[in-house]
Formats: sequence, C-alpha cells, structure tokens
Amino acid sequence: MTVKIPSPLYSYTEGKNRVEARGGTLRELLDDLDRRYPGIRFRMVDEQDRIRPHMRIFVNGAAAARLDTEIGAEDDIQILQALSGG
Amino acid sequence: MKRKKRANGDGPVTLLVGTQKGAWVLESDRDREGWKMGGPHFLGNIIQHFVADPRDPEVWLIAARTGHLGPTVFRSRDRGKSWTEAETPPAFPKAAEGEEGESVSRVFWLTPGHESEPGVWYAGTTPFGLFRSEDGGATWEGVRGFNEDPIRKKCVEFGGTPDGPITHSILVDPRDARHLYLGLSTGGVFESEDRGESWRTLNKGCEADFLPDPNADWGHDPHCVQLHPLRPDRLYQQNHCGIYRMERGDGEWIRIGRNMPKKVGDIGFPVTLHPRDPDTAWVFPMDGTEVWPRTSPDGRPAVYVTKDAGESWKRLDGGLPDRQAWWTVFRQAMAADRHDPVGLYFGTTSGEIWTSANEGKDWTFLAAHLPRVLSVEVAG
Repeated sequence: MTVKIPSPLYSYTEGKNRVEARGGTLRELLDDLDRRYPGIRFRMVDEQDRIRPHMRIFVNGAAAARLDTEIGAEDDIQILQALSGG
Repeated sequence: MKRKKRANGDGPVTLLVGTQKGAWVLESDRDREGWKMGGPHFLGNIIQHFVADPRDPEVWLIAARTGHLGPTVFRSRDRGKSWTEAETPPAFPKAAEGEEGESVSRVFWLTPGHESEPGVWYAGTTPFGLFRSEDGGATWEGVRGFNEDPIRKKCVEFGGTPDGPITHSILVDPRDARHLYLGLSTGGVFESEDRGESWRTLNKGCEADFLPDPNADWGHDPHCVQLHPLRPDRLYQQNHCGIYRMERGDGEWIRIGRNMPKKVGDIGFPVTLHPRDPDTAWVFPMDGTEVWPRTSPDGRPAVYVTKDAGESWKRLDGGLPDRQAWWTVFRQAMAADRHDPVGLYFGTTSGEIWTSANEGKDWTFLAAHLPRVLSVEVAG
C-alpha cells in the first residue's frame, strides 16, 4: 500500500512524500517502513510502542491510536505531524 | 588528512554550537581571529548537545530531536561534512505487557569515554537515564546499574526541572575508566566506581533549600559539575543553591559561592574550568531571587572568575553590555579552549556567541541572530 509521509521524515525516504510498505497492522506496516528506511520508526513511535505525542497516523481518514490497528491493502494511510512548535 | 590532537591548543579553534533550531560551527585562524561560521546543520532540529571526540578530532556527535520527531544521535567522522544517524539511539527497554514503560524524550548530554576506550560514549537523557555506546555512537545500550538504581527511581517519582528531568555532567575520571560521576536535575550528584554498575550519592554539604530536609541525601539540583583533568579529585559544581567545590577525599561540598558579591549571588547554570590550573574556574551568574528570572543580575551580564579555588571571585565584564542585557547562559553553553592565555566562549538564549581571548578580561561577540543557544563546545 502507499503511505503518505510528512516532510520531517523526507530525510529517511530520499525526499519521497509517498512510499510503498506492507503490513496487516500498523505495527507491521511501521516495521516494514523501518526495514526500507532504517531509523524512521523510532522518530514516530517510542520504545513502548506509543505513537509520539505530536505525530498522527490516519487510516482512511480516522486517527489511529494504537499500533495493533488492523489495516488492509486498499486502505489509505497518512502519517502527519500535528500542529505544534514555535 | 588526519588532524592531530593538540595538547596545548596552539592552533585554530573550532566551536560547536547547538541551538533550538540547528547546529552551527565557528572556526578561527591560528590567532583566534578571522572567525568563519559554517552551517546550519540539521536546521530546525533541537540540538541539545554538539560534542567533538578528543580522542579523534574528526568525530563529532550531535544529540537531536524536533518538536515532532523522537530523539536521536547523529555522528560525523569527517568534521561535519557528512552525518549518519545512530542505528539504535538511546531507548529504555520495552516494558512487559500491562506495565508502564519509560521512553526517552530527549538526549540531553553526550560525553566521550575514557582515553583508553576509543569508541565509548555516554549519553544522559530525559527522563533520567544513562546510556553507553561502544561503537562511536552507532548503537546505544542502557547502563542498567544506573537505570535500575532504586534512588534513580525515587528521583523519577520526585520529578525534575520546569524543563523536565535532566541527566547531565557525565564525567569520566581520566585516571580510571570505571570511575564515573553524573548529575541529575533534580536528584543530585552520583558516583560509580565500577563503570556504572552501582552508584552512591555525593551530596554531603550541598544545600537544597527547596527540600523539607535541607541536608537530604538526594533530591538536590546540580546544574553543572566539572572535575579538573589534572587534579581529578577536585570537583566544582554550579548548583541551584550555590557554587561548590569538593576535594573528593573530604567527600563534602564547600559552598565557595559564599565568597561571591552578595548583590550578584552564586546562582547560575555553567561552571567552566581552566585546562591547566585547577584553582581557576569561571561561572556566569544569574538572578535566582524571588521568581527566579534566570537572567543576568540587574541586567548587567558578567563572568566571574576564581583563581584560588573559590576563596575569592573577580568580576569580568570588559566589553559586555553594561545595562539592559537580560541574558541566560545554559549549563552546556560556556566553554574554554586550551590556548595560553585560555580563550572563553559562551552562548546566550538570545542567540549570541561571545568570546574572550584573555581568560575573560575582555569580551567580543562572535555571532548574533542565532536561535536560542543550548550548547557551546570547543573541538580541537
């Protein structure tokens, strides 16, 4: 499936804003992303598998709170950064 | 060409500057003039600490995060021409199912290991955590003896600073790679003689006027701790409650800040040591009265120096603004080079870098308009 990537993570995806990845859950999807783009997962998800406070992962437009959220091959996955900072 | 380590620092100076929005590098000529600025590196990243490896001057490490992305460490083996991210940045173990685990939110401090252990680095984090790398910062493991220490857990429950709990001032005894110190804000100073497997508190004599028991064993707030490389049993500490010195054999902190002018006080963040004279140290006082503005007292910034191990202090403000300058200099943002006379450097939260080529007597500014300066370190 295609995953939309936010600009702060372009340094991992060679500048691509959409990349391919596989998985039946968000956890599997992020693990696959990390295999393809080493280091990207830890910037989004902490060591306790919690999505970092200012990151959001949307599945078909709905925010997912947990990594065991099931996903399908046709689902629309968007990783976004929440508004914050200054 | 491989650069040689310089024992007495008679060459150009490279200054590594970490800020709230990226890293910059300032390089001088041999006379410490003609400064040129390079960067930014990692524009937009919060660069908490930017440190060179004294064992290999080609190697630089950066502790970084952004407002959104998690904390990590970047490494360069060519003085910043190229960077590689740590394969496994500092991180706590995954908690067992149903248990609440900790997660690193910030790598706050980086310390190169002992001369005899090339490739070893230590990192201090928020929340309190000590991590060690044995491969030049590529992979990091928690120092379990510290991260699982019962007093460390009490300090976690006790809380930290308004900016979160901070693990800092990781010091390695130049005589013994197993002998370590570190500071927790808040928690106090801790010491290990077995490479971090076990720890003892080292806070006797240090005041803590914010605790119910001012002579508590732990819970103190060291802002910056330094040991002198030529006299490693002498420690200096800039604490939330004053400036201290300890002769390790005595095991008790002496408040040498009591010898500071009363109107200025002895509150601040950094303490910087002379590379060759264990009796000489510099501090940058800040206003610790009432609501703790943490700015230069009376809006008149100054460095203070002692040349007699804290018996007396002298104000050094030549060239600094004499009014309406409300500066804050953080604990990692003041450094000394190895020249003779020693060059001093500090960075302010208002984005300025200042230097003195004569041990603080006269100051000039090197850079302005930077983001909030978090760290200033000398590389080679």
